[in-house]
Amino acid sequence: MPILSLVTFLPLLGAVIIMITGGDEATKAKNARSIALWTSLIVFFLSLQLWFGFDAESPEFQFVERVEWIPSFNIAYHMGIDGISLFFVLLSTFLTPICVLASWESVQYRVKEYMIAFLVLETMMVGTFCALDFVLFYMFFEGVLIPMFLIIGVWGGPRRVYSAFKFFLYTLLGSVLMLLAILAIFWQTGSTDIPTALQFAFEPGLQRWLWLAFFASFAVKMPMWPVHTWLPDAHVEAPTAGSVILAGVLLKMGGYGFVRFSLPMFPLASEYFADFVFTLSVIAVIYTSLVALAQTDMKKLIAYSSVAHMGFVTLGIFVANQEGLQGAMFQMLSHGVVSGALFLIVGVVYDRLHTRDIDRYGGLADNMPKYAVVFMVMMLAAVGLPGTSGFIGEFLVLVGAFQVSTWFTALAATGLILGAAYMLYLYRRVVFGTITRDDVRVMPDLSWREIVVFAPIVFLVLWMGIYPSSFLKPMQPALANLVERVEAAQRAALADAPSTLASR
Amino acid sequence: MPSFPLPPLSPALPEIFLAAASMALLLFGVFRGERAAREASWLAALALVVAVVLVLGGGGPRQLALYGMFVTDAFAVFMKVLVLLGGIFAIVMSIRWNEQARIARFEFPVLVLLATTGMMMMVSAADLISLYIGLELQSLSLYVLAGFKRDTVRSAEAGLKYFVLGALASGMMLYGCSMVYGFAGATDFATLAATLSGGETLAIGPLVGIVFVVVGLAFKVSAVPFHMWTPDVYEGAPTPVTAFFSVAPKVAAIALFLRVMIEPFGGYVADWRQVIWLISVASMVLGSVAAINQSNFKRLMAYSSIGHIGYALIGLAAGSKEGVESVLIYMAIYVFMNVGTFAVILLMRRNGEDVEAIDDLQGLAQTHPALALSLAIFMFAMAGIPPLSGFFGKLYVFMAAINAELYVLAVIGVVTSVVGAYYYIRIVKLMYFDAPKPAFDRPFGAEMSAVLAVTAVVTLFFFIAPSVVVDSAAAAAASLFPG
Repeated sequence: MPILSLVTFLPLLGAVIIMITGGDEATKAKNARSIALWTSLIVFFLSLQLWFGFDAESPEFQFVERVEWIPSFNIAYHMGIDGISLFFVLLSTFLTPICVLASWESVQYRVKEYMIAFLVLETMMVGTFCALDFVLFYMFFEGVLIPMFLIIGVWGGPRRVYSAFKFFLYTLLGSVLMLLAILAIFWQTGSTDIPTALQFAFEPGLQRWLWLAFFASFAVKMPMWPVHTWLPDAHVEAPTAGSVILAGVLLKMGGYGFVRFSLPMFPLASEYFADFVFTLSVIAVIYTSLVALAQTDMKKLIAYSSVAHMGFVTLGIFVANQEGLQGAMFQMLSHGVVSGALFLIVGVVYDRLHTRDIDRYGGLADNMPKYAVVFMVMMLAAVGLPGTSGFIGEFLVLVGAFQVSTWFTALAATGLILGAAYMLYLYRRVVFGTITRDDVRVMPDLSWREIVVFAPIVFLVLWMGIYPSSFLKPMQPALANLVERVEAAQRAALADAPSTLASR
Repeated sequence: MPSFPLPPLSPALPEIFLAAASMALLLFGVFRGERAAREASWLAALALVVAVVLVLGGGGPRQLALYGMFVTDAFAVFMKVLVLLGGIFAIVMSIRWNEQARIARFEFPVLVLLATTGMMMMVSAADLISLYIGLELQSLSLYVLAGFKRDTVRSAEAGLKYFVLGALASGMMLYGCSMVYGFAGATDFATLAATLSGGETLAIGPLVGIVFVVVGLAFKVSAVPFHMWTPDVYEGAPTPVTAFFSVAPKVAAIALFLRVMIEPFGGYVADWRQVIWLISVASMVLGSVAAINQSNFKRLMAYSSIGHIGYALIGLAAGSKEGVESVLIYMAIYVFMNVGTFAVILLMRRNGEDVEAIDDLQGLAQTHPALALSLAIFMFAMAGIPPLSGFFGKLYVFMAAINAELYVLAVIGVVTSVVGAYYYIRIVKLMYFDAPKPAFDRPFGAEMSAVLAVTAVVTLFFFIAPSVVVDSAAAAAASLFPG
């Protein structure tokens, strides 16, 4: 059974079914919600099969499917996952039903289109992580823009149009440069097959150009400082579920791209540009944490914290050792879940009071105790408290980075302190204190639906924090393979270097 | 009495058929009078369909006819099918619109047929003379079509403007042809190629001649800096004519462009590449930047088509087999997304009046969801966003550019495509983000819905089997590169 294709394209089928359902406005909305929920749940359980069936000992691509697509150009429909992509697929399929459920009541107009957009988005996300052909990858990677543009623009806040355009054009500009690099790779290797390109030794001069082109795309997507400015805008204006997907999955496409493409294909360029990336990462960690401290809008604060967390990820990826990469991967998964949850948490109070202004709240612990607990768990996970998922990733990244540069590690570690500062400060202002406003006092605690939304996330955050091996083990062989390949390439280049020195 | 054998005519059968059909249709129209417009249109569409069949049936190896004036090969077949498709769509789309605008006359389909015949002649031209004859046949028909709504100032102005500037361009091109003839002593492409070959670079005389030919052709494809007529003519001409203008003549002129540059002068790509490079960059930049401030949809499409021609010319600048192939793929995709967009423009009527401002599209997603969805598909496709068809057009063009090491051109191309994406997604924004305006007049008509459905489906699902187009484009491109 072509399970990867099934997981990828089943959401599209759901979207088509929603599209053809008729009836009056209310029935259509009701049907759209339940079809979307069921589709995404089925997809989630199907994708769990990938995890169960996954051979955790093997670094190879698994569940591979390959069909000729454009044979004259050696472009194929080639799908497969390894330890690097497995959890990103799961993250996408995990967050989609949560998003559908979270939008159950908060989205009240054009529900049908909304659910269609989310299901199409799921197809694009899963496809991005499964594609083993560059053209296929690019199609999914870029295809994400269409539903996300509509989600921000149609169901977003007051400045949605500006944000949607900024999101679209910013990420498009990065991606088109990658497209050129992909075409250059095609003429080098003779096909757009990703496994072939991963084994191909690009000459060092070319590597740098191609690395920069890929970097343009992934750095924007990630987003790294200073090309992160689209993110706060997009997050603030997007509907809650849109922010969840944006923070939870779309940002990870950048990190995935670095791990999947930039490191293994361009190991020498990655080494050459490593300090550059470290500098940007450390600036991101410190600068955006400080910016986050100054925010008065909850979503904006979390958006900036995402940029800071992604700074850790890029640091971990380009130290290119086992610990750093594991940490970066884990940090991405953890952040995907935690920041998604934090946006949901903002969404809960936003649905009730229709403001994200931190000062409008305060003392929620009194009338919303369950909410306060969930918020606390997620806040602590974002801070990186041991026992939560956030700790493992940050710790491993710092361990990895310490082997490469003490200074960058020390600077990045200050981000942990700043992170604790802005998150605790946020939590204190929203949850603690006394209730001064009447409209806040009457806010009801979490509903059953909201508890159902948060329960799996809380469970997952604790699981990842307490027993990370379930997640680290399957990615281990693929990452070990990657590290080995990068080091071999760098050793080979070093071995060449003395001879060129001697010939001078 | 000297024997005078009739040259073999069978390769030119589709053209002969179309010419005869247009004469017959003219007679039919004259006898039936003004009421005949609808029947004449359907008959003309039928004639074009028959021509498609004849063209496809006449495929096969390269054949010369009419004393080396006329050539059919896989390239000609590919481009003629596109031209004919453009003609069919244009005629079908014109029927209702012309009736509503009270310009339903039988001359309209006849002129479209004549223009199409000229275009097919252009595609198959193997000689500077037949090239010019084909070009003039199509141009003269188009001048009349542009001014077809003769009682409005805008349409008359469009016709006149197109005629004056077009005549100037034809003159330049003829001058270029005469220079090439003067230096090479031949007008047919095969002899030209043979005579000119051998040198390291092209001699200055023929080179100047080529530049003039390029100027004429650039005018016909409306490439910058010879694009000035395009926005005014697009805006002024009756919308079905604009739809026709934006597709069939573009395809034919690009075909001619490719054949002229590759067949006789293919050995000197390095000499003429810089010219194509420049007009390609200028077209892409102007097409994307100048469209941003347009509020009239037809004018916007004029700039959009200028931009698209710029992308197509990237493939020509590559000057390689891959380059030609990419242009063919680009044009095939372009035909469908452009026709679809114009189908939407033709349906923009409110209270019996045509509306052309893009602001009139506000909230279309709520008043006409299907129409909005199709237009969104066309707009994303034109912006080159995957998985829609337009992405593949750009993919192949840039692929050819990278292979020819035209890196700067490729980078300028992708950057302008992002700038251009702005105005395409602005239309999506108007339709989906904004509060709705009153609905457009219904019914749309079965034939319009059909055109819209066909073009939208092709544009949306192109990715499922791109090989159909890619492979035939490869075969077509190969026929321009003997050996």
